Amino acid sequence: MTRLPRQPDEWIDRTQPLEFEFEGRSFSGFRGDTIVSALCAADVRLLGRSFKYHRPRGVLSAANHDINALVDDGRSLNVRADVTPLAAGMQLAPVNVFGTLAQDSASRIDRFSRFLPVGFYYKAFHRPKWAFPRWERAIRNLSGLGRIDTDAPRVRTPNRHAFCDVLVIGGGPSGMSAALAAAKAGAKVILAEENARLGGSLTYAIGAATNIRDTLAQFTREIGGHANIEVMTGTFASGIYTDRYVTLIDATKMTKVRAGAVTVATGVMEQPAVFRNNDLPGIMLGSAAQRLIHRYAVQPMRTAVVLAANTEGYAAALDLHWAGVSIAAIVDPRIEPERSDAADALATLKIPVLQRCVIREAVADAEGLGVSGVVVCNLSGREQPDLATRRTIACDGVAMSVGFAPANGLLHQAGARMRFDERIQQFVPEELAPRVFAAGRVNGVYELTDRLRDGERAAARALRELGIGSPNVEAARLVPPRCPTHPFPIVEHPDGKNFVDFDEDLTVQDFFNAVQEGFDSSELLKRYTTVGMGPSQGKHSNMNALRILARARNLSMAELGTTTSRPFIHPVPLSHLGGRGFTPVRLTPLHGRHERAGAVLMHAGVWLRPEYYAREGKNRSQCITEEVMAVRRGVGIIDVGTLGKIEVSGPDACKLLERVYTGRFDNLKVGMTRYAVMLDESGVVIDDGVVARLSEEHFYFTTTTTGAAAVYRELQRWIAQWKLNCGIVNLTGAMAAINLAGPRSREVLAKATTLNLDGAAFPYLGAREGMVAGVRARVLRVGFVGELGYEIHVPADRALHLWDTLMAAGAEAGIAPFGVEAQRLLRLEKAHIIIGQDTDGLTTPQEAGLDWALKMDKPFFVGQRSLRAMSSRKLKQRLAGFALPPEYTGPAPKECHLVIRGGDIAGRVTSVAYSPSLSRVIGLAMLPPELAVPDSTFQIRIDGGTMIEAQTVAVPFYDPRGERQRANLVELQTRKSSKEAS
Amino acid sequence: MKLMPCPVNGLRPVSEFVYGGEYRVMPDPDQASDVQWADYVFNRTSLPGIKREWWYHQPSGTWFIAERDVQADVVHRTYLPGEGPAT
Repeated sequence: MTRLPRQPDEWIDRTQPLEFEFEGRSFSGFRGDTIVSALCAADVRLLGRSFKYHRPRGVLSAANHDINALVDDGRSLNVRADVTPLAAGMQLAPVNVFGTLAQDSASRIDRFSRFLPVGFYYKAFHRPKWAFPRWERAIRNLSGLGRIDTDAPRVRTPNRHAFCDVLVIGGGPSGMSAALAAAKAGAKVILAEENARLGGSLTYAIGAATNIRDTLAQFTREIGGHANIEVMTGTFASGIYTDRYVTLIDATKMTKVRAGAVTVATGVMEQPAVFRNNDLPGIMLGSAAQRLIHRYAVQPMRTAVVLAANTEGYAAALDLHWAGVSIAAIVDPRIEPERSDAADALATLKIPVLQRCVIREAVADAEGLGVSGVVVCNLSGREQPDLATRRTIACDGVAMSVGFAPANGLLHQAGARMRFDERIQQFVPEELAPRVFAAGRVNGVYELTDRLRDGERAAARALRELGIGSPNVEAARLVPPRCPTHPFPIVEHPDGKNFVDFDEDLTVQDFFNAVQEGFDSSELLKRYTTVGMGPSQGKHSNMNALRILARARNLSMAELGTTTSRPFIHPVPLSHLGGRGFTPVRLTPLHGRHERAGAVLMHAGVWLRPEYYAREGKNRSQCITEEVMAVRRGVGIIDVGTLGKIEVSGPDACKLLERVYTGRFDNLKVGMTRYAVMLDESGVVIDDGVVARLSEEHFYFTTTTTGAAAVYRELQRWIAQWKLNCGIVNLTGAMAAINLAGPRSREVLAKATTLNLDGAAFPYLGAREGMVAGVRARVLRVGFVGELGYEIHVPADRALHLWDTLMAAGAEAGIAPFGVEAQRLLRLEKAHIIIGQDTDGLTTPQEAGLDWALKMDKPFFVGQRSLRAMSSRKLKQRLAGFALPPEYTGPAPKECHLVIRGGDIAGRVTSVAYSPSLSRVIGLAMLPPELAVPDSTFQIRIDGGTMIEAQTVAVPFYDPRGERQRANLVELQTRKSSKEAS
Repeated sequence: MKLMPCPVNGLRPVSEFVYGGEYRVMPDPDQASDVQWADYVFNRTSLPGIKREWWYHQPSGTWFIAERDVQADVVHRTYLPGEGPAT
C-alpha cells in the first residue's frame, strides 16, 4: 500500500503533513487523512487484533464499522481509526493486544477456537465450582477493549439545540437532492453528513461514471451557496426520538434537533462475503478500497482479486485498475455476465472474469499476517463450490462487492415497518412514521438519476406535510432494474474460520450450532451467539446471520424479520451525553452576605443555604453551638427566603385553605397567623407552613422549602377542579424573608421599624404589615426556634438593605447570623417537626403527633376521609422525644439509626443532636405507641452495631410551656433577674 | 422528546410539563364506603387505551386534561378542566 499521485477529488491536503506515532513508531500523514488512511499510505496493513481469537485484522470498510482497528490515543478509549481524522502529535496504540500487533501472545487462542464454540462461557468452567472464579478472572483479563484512565481530565461538552423544517440525514446524492429541493421551496434545512465532506458514494464509487464528479461539484456549489441550508459535516444522527427529535453527534458536541420533518438518506452499508480466512489483512470491501483510493489517494493493494456480484463490484475493479493495481481476476458467482459500462471497460482492458465462481478460501502469507492468494472454485448447479475445479490465484488483496444492507436503524427507531424486497434482496420501508421519509438506497433506489429523483420526492412529501410551497409529489418508489445484493454470499468450509461477525469472531458454524441448540429465532440467535452485539452493532453481520438462519430453518428472509434497532447508531462518548453537567441551584438575594460571613453552604432542595458560619479557630460543632447560644441568649438572624411564599386572594380564598389544610381558617382573625398542615388524599402529611390572614379575603402563607413548587401546583389544580373564585400567586422568588430570633430580637427590630412591637399590640402569632428599614414589609411573629421571633418578608430586591439594617441595629446586642444546622437544633429542642425528616411518605398526622392540628369536624379537607377510615385502627407508631443520659459520652446515634426491640426493628431515629441548652443528646424517634410514652427506655443500634439505651421524655425539651416565644421583653427580664437573685 | 399540545400555549416540549396522574372523579366522601374510598385513593387502571390525564404546563401554571392513547403514546386532544366533553 502506497500513496498515489494526486487524485482529482482527494480529501487530503498535501501541504500540511502531520507527524504521529503508532505502537511507538513514527509516521507521517496529511491533514484530511484518517488514522487508517495514513497508516495504509505507510504500508501498514496490520491494524488490530480481533476480540476473541486475537486474529490479525486490517481495513474492512473504512466506514466506521472497522471494530478491529480501534486505537487508544491516551485520552479517548476505542477511537475508531478508520474514520477518526488524523491530528498532529497523536500517540496511538492498538487495543486488545498482549505484546505487539505483529506478535500478540494472546493469538494462540486462535488455535483452540475449536474448544471455544459459541456460548462456551455458558457451558464450560462451571465444574469444579471453586475453579470458576479463576476462569472468570482469566477471561475478563483477556476480554474487553481498551483501558480506562480514571485520572483523565473531565471533558465538558456543550449541548446545542437546533430547529428546522426539514432535517436531512445523510449527504449522499439523494440526501443532497432532498435538501436542495426543500430549501429551494423555502424550507429551513439542516443537512447532516457523517463524513468530512458531502457526496456519499459520489466521492468514491466512480468506475466508468467519471461524469459524477461534475454532479457532485454542482450540488456542493448549490448547497454551499444556499441560505436555507445548514450543512453539518462530520456529524451523525445517533438516534431519532418521539416527535422528530434527533440527536446529532460531532467530534465536540451533541446537537438536539427538533425537525418538522426528517428525511433519512443514510444509504447502505456494503457487506462482506463469507469464506474461509475472509478476515486476513488485505481483504476488504470494494467500497473500502475505493474510499482509500479516491479520498485519501492510497493504493490499497498491488495485486487484487475482485469478488464481484454486482455492478458496484465492477466499478470498484475499474477504480483499482486506474489506481495502478494489477487485477489478477474478477470472480463473479452469478450466472448472467455483468452488463455495465464498467464491465465493458474491464473487458477492453482484457481483465479476466471468472463467471460462476466463488472464493472458497483465502491463503495467508508466510507470517500469517496478510493474504497471499485465494482459492477459487467453480460453482456447481447446487450452488456449491466444485472442489475439482479449485485453483489458487496469487494476490496481496481482495476487494469484496457482493451486496448491501440498508442503514435503516433510524427508520426502525422512528417506528417504520419494513418489508423484504426479493427483487433487490433488501429490507425496504413499507410504512413510515408520520413526517419521517426515506430516500435513496436505504429506500431501495439504486441508479444515480433515480436516487436524485427519490430525494426530490421525499422532499416534496415533507413539504406537503409542512404546508410549504405547492410541491408535486410522485407516488411510486423506483425499483432498480438489477439486484445489487447477492442472496447468499456465504461459502461453507469444513475448517471454518469463515467469519460472519468481525466484532465477535463468529463463524458460519457458530450459527448452525446455535440453531441446532434451539436458538433459532432472530432475537434468540442474536443473544446466544452475540451476533451484532459488538461495537459495530451488526452493521456488517446481521444480514449474513439472518441469511444463514433462513437457510438453516428453510424460511424466507421476509418470514424471519429483523432484530430491533435502538439508539445509538454509532457509539456516543459519555462526555457528550454528560454535557456540561448543568445542575441549576437557586440562591437567595442574601447569598453574597452569607459568603462574606464565611458560610459553609449546603443543598436544601433546589437551594443553596448556609449550613453554618465558619469562624476562625473553631470547628463545625463549636460554630453551631455558638450560633445556637446566640439565639437562646441574645439575638440571631437567619435567611429563610427559601420558604415557599404564596398569596391567595378572592371570595373563595378562605374556602380553598379550609379544604387543603387540616385546620380551620374561617375563624382566623385578620392580623393573625396559624400553623397549617397539608395532607395528600391518603391522609399522609406532605407539607406544613404558617398562614397569615392579611384581610378577610387575602391570605399570605409559607410552605416548606422543598415543597414550594409542588404545593403551589397542587393548589392550582384544586382551584381549577373546584372552580374556586380566587387568585393564587407564587411569591417564593419575588419575596425574601429574614427571621430575627432571640430574647433581644424585639429590641433590635424596634430600632428599624415604625410598627408597634409591644406584646399587646403585636402578640405572639400576630401578622402585621408596615415599614421595616424603610421598606414595606410583612412581619409574622413566629416561634419555630422557640424564642421571641419575627419573620420579616420584603420584596427580594430589598433583602440586602433589610439584612444590613438589621445587622447594624443588632450590633450592640451581639447579633449573630445562624445557619440551617443551628435552626434544626433550635427547633429540635422545641420538638417542632420537619416534614420529610421526622415524617416519611406514609406518616399520618396522628403518628407525627399533629392530632391537635386536625379539625375533623370540618365538612371537608383533603385526606380527611382517609383519616376517618383509619380512625378505627390502632396506631402503629408515634413520634416521641428521647434523650440520652446527661453523663453519656460515647458516640451519639445518627438520623435513621434503628430502634431495636427483641432483636427486631421497632422504630427509627428521625432527628438527633447534642443540645447545648440542655447539655445532653436529644432526639425524636418513631416508636411503637407503647414505647412512645414518657420515661420508657429503648435500645438504639448505632454505627458498628453497638446498642445504646435511650429514654423517652416529654416534649418540648426546652421551655415546655412556650413562655419564651410568647414572652414580652419585660417579663423575660424580670424572670432573668429573679433567677439570678435566687 | 415528545411535544404536548397545551390548550393555552400550543405545542410545547414535554419537559415543560408535569404529569398529574389519571383524571378521576372524587366520590362523595360522606356517601362512599371505606372500600369505595380506598379504591379511589389507591387503585389505578393500567389497561391500554385512551385515558384522561391531568397535565400541568409549568411555566404558565396551566392545568389541563389530555386524552391520551397510553399504548401508542398519542395525545388525541387537550382541554381545560370543565371545557371538555362531560367533565
